[in-house]
Amino acid sequence: MAYESFNILTSTAVPLPIENVDTDQIIPARFLKATERVGFGDNLFRDWRYHPDNSPKTDFVLNDSTYTGKILVGGKNFGSGSSREHAAWAIYDYGFRCVISSFFADIFRGNCLNIGVLPVQVSAEFLEKTFAAIYANPDTTLEVNLPEQTVTLLATGEKESFEINSYKKSNMMNGFDDIDYLLNIKANIQEFSKTLPL
Amino acid sequence: MSKTLFDKVWDAHVVHKIEGGPDVLFIDRHLIHEVTSPVAFLGLRNRNIRVLYPERTFATADHNTPTINQHLPVEDPLSANQLKALEENTKEYGIRHWGLGHYKNGIVHVIGPENGITQPGATIVCGDSHTSTHGAFGAIAFGIGTSEVEMVLSTQCIMQPKPKKMRITINGTLGTGVLPKDVALFIISKLTTSGATGYFVEYAGTVFEQMSMEGRMTVCNLSIEMGARGGMIAPDQTTFDYIQGREYSPKGADWDKAMEYWKTLKTDAGATFDKELTFDGSEIEPMITYGTNPGMGIGITKDIPDADAVEGGKTTYEKSLGYMGFHEGEAMVGKKIDYVFLGSCTNGRIEDFRAFASLVKGKHKADDVTVWLVPGSHVVEKQIKEEGILDILTEAGFTLRQPGCSACLAMNDDKIPAGKYAVSTSNRNFEGRQGPGARTLLASPLVAAAAAVTGKVTDPRTLLQ
Ligand code: SF4
Repeated sequence: MAYESFNILTSTAVPLPIENVDTDQIIPARFLKATERVGFGDNLFRDWRYHPDNSPKTDFVLNDSTYTGKILVGGKNFGSGSSREHAAWAIYDYGFRCVISSFFADIFRGNCLNIGVLPVQVSAEFLEKTFAAIYANPDTTLEVNLPEQTVTLLATGEKESFEINSYKKSNMMNGFDDIDYLLNIKANIQEFSKTLPL
Repeated sequence: MSKTLFDKVWDAHVVHKIEGGPDVLFIDRHLIHEVTSPVAFLGLRNRNIRVLYPERTFATADHNTPTINQHLPVEDPLSANQLKALEENTKEYGIRHWGLGHYKNGIVHVIGPENGITQPGATIVCGDSHTSTHGAFGAIAFGIGTSEVEMVLSTQCIMQPKPKKMRITINGTLGTGVLPKDVALFIISKLTTSGATGYFVEYAGTVFEQMSMEGRMTVCNLSIEMGARGGMIAPDQTTFDYIQGREYSPKGADWDKAMEYWKTLKTDAGATFDKELTFDGSEIEPMITYGTNPGMGIGITKDIPDADAVEGGKTTYEKSLGYMGFHEGEAMVGKKIDYVFLGSCTNGRIEDFRAFASLVKGKHKADDVTVWLVPGSHVVEKQIKEEGILDILTEAGFTLRQPGCSACLAMNDDKIPAGKYAVSTSNRNFEGRQGPGARTLLASPLVAAAAAVTGKVTDPRTLLQ
C-alpha cells in the first residue's frame, strides 16, 4: 500500500476562493531542495502564509483557526503551472486528503491521484454554494463519498456527483499506486519494447 | 482510417489499454534532473527494484546550479546535496549523467535536442512541465510528477488517459520584430491559462512551417502555459536537417529507415480534432505580460485591459495587478525596468542570443538595469563565443553567465529582489516565480534587448535598423 486508502471522508473544509492557484504558490521553488519526501506541509502556500521574516500573515486562511479540516476548497483552474509533485505532497503532508474545485490543471490532478489526494471537480454553481456554506458556518461539514462518487453539504443535503475513472477509483480506495500495477505487467512491457517502430 | 500526427505516435506506444482507465504508455526517452528525481530513486530503493532500461534515461544538473564560478564547490548545502544525490543515483543505476561542468551539461530541454536524443515519433517525458518543448520534433513529450519518474525508471511506462486533440493553425507572415515567443504569448492570451487543459495541441500553418527548430521549440515549450499537456509540430525537412549528424541521431542505414518512418508522421487529410482554432499571423505584435500568469499578455503598444474585459474573477485580477503594482488602462511602453533575463528552456538557445545581439549591437546597456544573459547549455555558450556574439555583447556592456535554469525559477542565487521589475524571456510570471516578491514581465529576446538598452519597456521595432 503506497498511501492511506480513501473511502468516505467527512470533514469541515478550508476555503481558498482564488482562481488559477498555481503550483509555485502551493510550494515555491526554493523549497524543492529536499532529497526526501518530508516536511513539505510546513511550506504549503509559504509566501501567502508567512511574511519574509517568517511571521504569519494573519489574513491568510491557513492562519485563521476559524477554518480547519481535511478538505481544501479552491477556485477555478487549481494547480496550474509546474509539474512538481511536491505541490501535492505539501497538500497531503499538511493534512488535506481532498481538494475541491470547479477545474483542475492536468498534471496536478494526476499527481494528486498518484499520491492519495482526491481531486473532486464540481460545477461552478456547486463550488459557489460550498464557499457560501463554509462562510456562513465554518463548522459546516462536507461528505466526500468516493464509492458513490458524490460530495454532499451535510447541513442542507445538497449533493453533486463527480467523475473519476474506475481504475483510479479502485486504486484510491485500496491505496495502490500505478507502480504496483506496472510491475505486474513487466513481462508484457519487455515484449512490447521489441515491436516499437524504431 | 485517417489519423492525426498525435494519434499515430500515441497509438504506436500503447502497451495495454485499461477498460475505464488510462493507457499504459511506453516511453522511449526519459530526461531527469537533480530536483524531481531524488525521491523517485528513493522509491526504487524502498521497493528494491532496478532501473529497467538505464540507456533510455539521460541526466543533467540544471535547476539549482549556480551560473557563475561553476568550477567552485556549490555553496548552498541543499543544492549541493541534490547534485550529489543525482551523481550517486545515476552511478548506482548505470544512467548517463552530464553533471555540472560537463561539456554536454545544460538545461534538460536544450540538451535533449542538441544531442539528437529528441527525435520524431518518440515519447519523451521529464519531471519538468516544459518537456513539451520536444514536441517541436513531432514527438509526444510532456512533464510528469515524481511518482511517474519512478514508474519510468522501474518499468519504462506511465499510465495516462489519452488526451483530446486540438489543432491551432496560423497562416500568414509574421511582421518585423515578431518572434516565435510572441506567437506563443499571443496564443496563450487568446486561450487563457486553462484554455487547452485536457488537450494535446498540434500547431499547423505557414507560420510554423517557416519557423526554425529553435522557434518551434519556443512555441511548443509554452504549450503547457495554456493548460495543454503538450504541443507538437509535424516533422519536415527543417527537422531532419537539424537532427542529422547529432550524437544520438541514427546513422547510416538506420538513418534511412528512420527517415522513411518519420516522413509518415503527419496528420492525414480528413483526420479530425476535438477542437480547431485559427489565427492570422500578420495580426501578431511583439507581446508583453502585465499580470501574474502567462495568459495576461497584450501587444506591447496596447494598454492594460479593464477587469471586465478579461476572463476570470475580478478579485483574482485585482490581486494580480496589485502584486504587479499596475493599474487598468495604463500603457506598458515606458514602464521602468530593473532587471532583464535572457535565458531558460524557452529562450536560451543560440537564435535567442542572435536576436538579442542584433538589437543591442552598437548600443549600450542602460546604466540602472541589471542584465543576466544565461545560455541554455555549454554548447550554446560555445556557439555564442564562436559566432562573435560575445564580442557584440561585451562591446555593448554586457557579460555572459554560465548555463542553467537560473532566474527561470530562481532556485539558485539568481533571484529578482522583491518589488523589482524584470523583463524575462522565461515562461512563467507567477507571483514569486523569479524570487519572493519579484515582478515578471514575460517577453521575447528582442523586447528583452530593447529593455536592456533603454531601461524601460520599449517596442523593439522602434530600435531595429
Ligand atoms: S529553464 Fe525553467 S522551465 Fe526550463 S527546465 Fe529549467 S526550470 Fe524548467
